[in-house]
Amino acid sequence: MTTMANTQIREDLDIGVQPRTIDMAWTELRDLNSTLQAQAGGEWVIENPRGAHALAVGLQAPLEVTIKGSTGYYCAGMNKEAHVHVTGSVGPGVAENMISGSVVVEGDASQYAGATGHGGLLVIKGNASSRCGISMKGIDIVVHGNIGHMSAFMAQSGNLVVLGDAGDALGDSLYEARLFVRGKVKSLGADCIEKEMRPEHLEILADLLQRAGADADPSEFRRYGSARKLYNFHVDHAGDY
Amino acid sequence: MCGIVGLFLKKDDLRPQLGDLLTDMLISMTDRGPDSAGIAIYGDESQGLKMTIQSDTPEETFKGLEDNLNALLGAPVRMRVVDTHAVLSLPEGSEAEVRAYMAEKGIRVMGAGQSMEIFKEVGLPRDVAARFGIRQMAGSHGIGHTRMATESAVTTLGAHPFSTDGDQCLVHNGSLSNHNRVRRELARKGFVPQTQNDTEVAACYISSRLAEGANLGEALEGTLADLDGFFTFVVGTRNGFGVVRDPIACKPAVMAETDSYVAFGSEYRAFANLPGIENARIWEPEPATVYFWER
Repeated sequence: MTTMANTQIREDLDIGVQPRTIDMAWTELRDLNSTLQAQAGGEWVIENPRGAHALAVGLQAPLEVTIKGSTGYYCAGMNKEAHVHVTGSVGPGVAENMISGSVVVEGDASQYAGATGHGGLLVIKGNASSRCGISMKGIDIVVHGNIGHMSAFMAQSGNLVVLGDAGDALGDSLYEARLFVRGKVKSLGADCIEKEMRPEHLEILADLLQRAGADADPSEFRRYGSARKLYNFHVDHAGDY
Repeated sequence: MCGIVGLFLKKDDLRPQLGDLLTDMLISMTDRGPDSAGIAIYGDESQGLKMTIQSDTPEETFKGLEDNLNALLGAPVRMRVVDTHAVLSLPEGSEAEVRAYMAEKGIRVMGAGQSMEIFKEVGLPRDVAARFGIRQMAGSHGIGHTRMATESAVTTLGAHPFSTDGDQCLVHNGSLSNHNRVRRELARKGFVPQTQNDTEVAACYISSRLAEGANLGEALEGTLADLDGFFTFVVGTRNGFGVVRDPIACKPAVMAETDSYVAFGSEYRAFANLPGIENARIWEPEPATVYFWER
């Protein structure tokens, strides 16, 4: 199987077919990822993902990758510069630890979408479940639908934009990430508060909505951020930790 | 980890394929737990009672068992041996007597009811399904489990599904932390788990609530109040199928629904071979929310 997959991929490269198609029905996961990781660019289509894990991870160049269908865990993890488009839904940990580039999901995302991301743009056109943007460190995340509980837990920097509703304990133990929610917030986590929406925030939000293909008016959103009371230990706050 | 799957048919057209579809679903979850595997399947209803029994030495144990039970009950008993398991067709009202007989002979009772049959063993889903011929089984609904053991030993009785009352079964991904206290409370009510396994306590809990008159939805709701720990449960009853996740919901779950079926999987991979999956409604069940369907 390994030899066959490599041969097919090499033939496509030789004749310069664009986009190049890789069919996961007969390609080993490691062949897919090592092939994509070796590219400097180009358009790639991945067929028959059938919920497989770790598709298109560790890319480090401006590839355009389309995954036709739904994926499992850790799709497009550790992405740098590449643009990955998933036409279905994704499992837990999509775009985990992204550095730059973009990941766009047409369907829903399971838990911890965009976790620990340092940069780039993650767009979920459906809903994201629990722990979306947990420990985000500079990534921008735009969710067209709702997000689940404990989202943006310990989020350090970057922007999380939600066009729908947020679940329980939004932004618990938040640092300096900005959270923008258009719908209802079920509850705020410890040390997360609503903050004033100033002109510079509306500008950031308008840019993110436009880049995420979201048709929404920035003035309909509320901004949430850190009250900065948990930064240093204070005995009066012992119960909040 | 652990992998769990379930398939509940809303129409009869897929009935002949139920075992085949469930087998593919369970095999796709093998990476999530290689220790043991099992399936409960709701097939044709028997006139009397069906009881699934198990022995590690089936050739010796099951030899002459049919005749002995005929003599014991004074009524016709049929036995279908399937590898280490056997499915008995018994006259109505004979359950207590037959259970006592099995206990005396050291034969394990996996479950009983009018339509449910239950098959579980140590080993990979592929091998367990092949040993029991799960692919050839027809039925209205079924649930399956592949186990990565954390809480108790890797044995046949520690495998899921657990059945603790007629036509009821449960599979679990997670671990319970208050199972010893709940076990004692349930035992006082007459629901005595056979093993030291945490999941069996959850199965007993649901059986006790159903016996008290709760419906499936209420019994599942009760797990959120009375069981502490991590869980995604999938439950089967004679005519029902239910799902509930704990409020933290870190154990993965995905569901798919079409006009023909409702499916549950620990991961989307479990659905890849289901007919019409391209057009199914697919969603992640919400934390602390009960879902159930009844025919």
